[in-house]
Amino acid sequence: MALSHMATSSSSSRSNLLKPLTAVLSCTLPHRRTISSDSTTTLTIETSVPFTAHKIDEPSRSVETTPKELLTFFRHMALMRRMEIAADSLYKAKLIRGFCHLYDGQEAVAVGMEAAITKKDAIITAYRDHCTFLGRGGTLLEIFAELMGRQAGCSRGKGGSMHFYKKEFGFYGGHGIVGAQVPLGCGLAFAQKYSKDEAVTFALYGDGAANQGQLFEALNISALWDLPAILVCENNHYGMGTAEWRAAKSPSYYKRGDYVPGLKVDGMDALAVKQACKFAKEYALKNGPIILEMDTYRYHGHSMSDPGSTYRTRDEISGVRQERDPIERIRKLILFHDLATEKELKDTEKEVRKEVDEAIAKAKESPMPDPHELFTNIYVKDSGLEVFGPDRKELRYALP
Amino acid sequence: MAGSVSGSRRIMGRLLKCGYGYGNGFLRQFSTSSSDGKSLNLYTAINQALHIAMESDPRAYIFGEDVGFGGVFRCTTGLADRFGKNRVFNTPLCEQGIVGFAIGLAAMGNRAIAEIQFADYIFPAFDQIVNEAAKFRYRSGNQFNCGGLTIRAPYGAVGHGGHYHSQSPEAFFCHVPGLKVVIPRSPKEAKGLLLSSIRDPNPVVFFEPKWLYRLSVEEVPEHDYMLPLSEAEVIREGNDITLVGWGAQLSIMEQACLDAEKDGISCELIDLKTLIPWDKETVEASVRKTGRLLISHEAPVTGGFGAEISASIVERCFLRLEAPVARICGLDTPFPLVFEPFYLPTKNKILDAIKSTVNY
Ligand SMILES: Cc1ncc(C[n+]2csc(CCOP(=O)(O)OP(=O)(O)O)c2C)c(N)n1
Ligand SMILES: [Mg+2]
Repeated sequence: MALSHMATSSSSSRSNLLKPLTAVLSCTLPHRRTISSDSTTTLTIETSVPFTAHKIDEPSRSVETTPKELLTFFRHMALMRRMEIAADSLYKAKLIRGFCHLYDGQEAVAVGMEAAITKKDAIITAYRDHCTFLGRGGTLLEIFAELMGRQAGCSRGKGGSMHFYKKEFGFYGGHGIVGAQVPLGCGLAFAQKYSKDEAVTFALYGDGAANQGQLFEALNISALWDLPAILVCENNHYGMGTAEWRAAKSPSYYKRGDYVPGLKVDGMDALAVKQACKFAKEYALKNGPIILEMDTYRYHGHSMSDPGSTYRTRDEISGVRQERDPIERIRKLILFHDLATEKELKDTEKEVRKEVDEAIAKAKESPMPDPHELFTNIYVKDSGLEVFGPDRKELRYALP
Repeated sequence: MAGSVSGSRRIMGRLLKCGYGYGNGFLRQFSTSSSDGKSLNLYTAINQALHIAMESDPRAYIFGEDVGFGGVFRCTTGLADRFGKNRVFNTPLCEQGIVGFAIGLAAMGNRAIAEIQFADYIFPAFDQIVNEAAKFRYRSGNQFNCGGLTIRAPYGAVGHGGHYHSQSPEAFFCHVPGLKVVIPRSPKEAKGLLLSSIRDPNPVVFFEPKWLYRLSVEEVPEHDYMLPLSEAEVIREGNDITLVGWGAQLSIMEQACLDAEKDGISCELIDLKTLIPWDKETVEASVRKTGRLLISHEAPVTGGFGAEISASIVERCFLRLEAPVARICGLDTPFPLVFEPFYLPTKNKILDAIKSTVNY
């Protein structure tokens, strides 16, 4: 299952990942001033790079935020980062089995999107779902317990890493078949529109998934029926070991909807993501679907069996970390505006570390699902099948 | 739990190595010499077969997700370097497109060898396989066909694969006249059966037991050889009960046979190899001898290919049967993440069924 021997030739020769970190520090506040961390004073900050639009006028680069929001972004992204690194260790310790795909590097997409929408809006995504779930309001305990296949998990230990769900927070999960969740998103959006919820669906998919036929079917039906569906391509530039340009004739995913408008967004800038999602929601409620291409990056390999360093250069990875890291961007903003001290931010990082450790300890105490759960949830009623005895050799069927 | 099962599978890997040395009658029959073998694992044997297929036919092509880099299981390693990227190439992530493209390529008289990364991901291509590939010859009155098409896909449990890296979808394809479905049990078999599948003038779905890619090691002749399709093989002779299986499950069944032997039960074990069209005669002859039949596969029992074998053999051997046909298969549940050992047809389940069938 390893991707470890993949050819590396020219994998980054056509990549354009290392745009300079412009404009992080440019903002409309001309001088420093101290603002207490819970303050709701409005700050206006320019996005790192301009939006690029397809068949639509792009939103303003000036994003309104507050000190509180920036500090929350910092905390949430630090928590996500820590959580994924802990999952990596748990996997290596064989406490997590199955397939596990980590999100570190892409955190700004999860937090930025959440900041623009409400829990009435729906999110549906693929298998790289841990942080999206956390962003929706899932708990660390639910995450680690699910990863380890325990009862306290968000899918009661039955789904594992790729199958997180949280209905009450509008999180429709966690899907393993590449591309399959996007038409589902259209169905969610239709239901929202029909019941006049004034809510939208964000259907997330990767740059690799963008080449599945289902994507184009979903685009057509959502445009045909003016569905409030926002198709979010999380372009981390690789589908497993395949660089985007090897798989897509046009890697401008925001333009791939042809008749559907699109916006290319710096997915490493939580504020840009927030601005784009707010804009897209307003647009979709009035007009129908829109594509958001989030230009982002995954630091880890594709899954735990991929070291992630054979089809891209180490320089590329460390370059993105240095130039575009979503957490560092927010840290710099916070420090520049004196919203917190370096020490305070370090303390936050220590706190989230502790939170993660505590959640893991708790998750480990949660028991495995009851063996009977193998047969529940196949149909509404139990399937009527029971197994028991040593090695579960005995079978008994009863009509449900 | 998962640990104990993968542990037993590992022993089985060694068993395979020494245990499947016999029953190579076909090899002697089909190969020009049998002494030039090298110890190979299953994915390397597949890789060798693909090299030979490409070497021996300039109109052969290999493609699929990441195959140009060797594929996730390394089966296509070195092929792009050797034969160039016009004949060995990566496709985008689009199974329906991959198979449709392969059918068209094959219809022009080429050998199209398509890889689907995991059998779990073959379903987006299901329509192309069932409605286009399988019926092309029939509905065009033999003007067109895609006989050069071979679809390779790794299938089956690996110990902790969860819902979408573990399934055994062979039965879906066995319901489709016009297709052949082939599943090898070991490296030597894999090489010979894959070459036959690629060269067979009918579309073939070739499922590879991914649990055995690295685990199963045996001597594999280096030269070009083929093993016949639609011929089952008795890989272990016995008198009391016939066991039929394919792919990775055979090694579990063989362990059960060895344990049953300690209790004085003599089991005959048959590798079906080709699921459609299948070799009823070999199975029938065996059941006529033993009077009992047990079938085992990883896929869920209901609607699994075991049901078809069972019905056919009951039709043919009704009066000879001394016990109901036993099916020890996956449970009728989705492939679980936890409790995989409960789901799987483990050695002990098979052993119990052997005993109760023999003592019926
Ligand atoms: C239908 C299907 N084909 C293949 C796979 C195997 N697979 C899982 S993820 C993946 C790459 C997807 O890349 P992308 O859409 O860019 O998402 P990312 O992993 O980068 O988040 C592949 C090929 C799958 N899960 N489903
Ligand atoms: Mg990607």
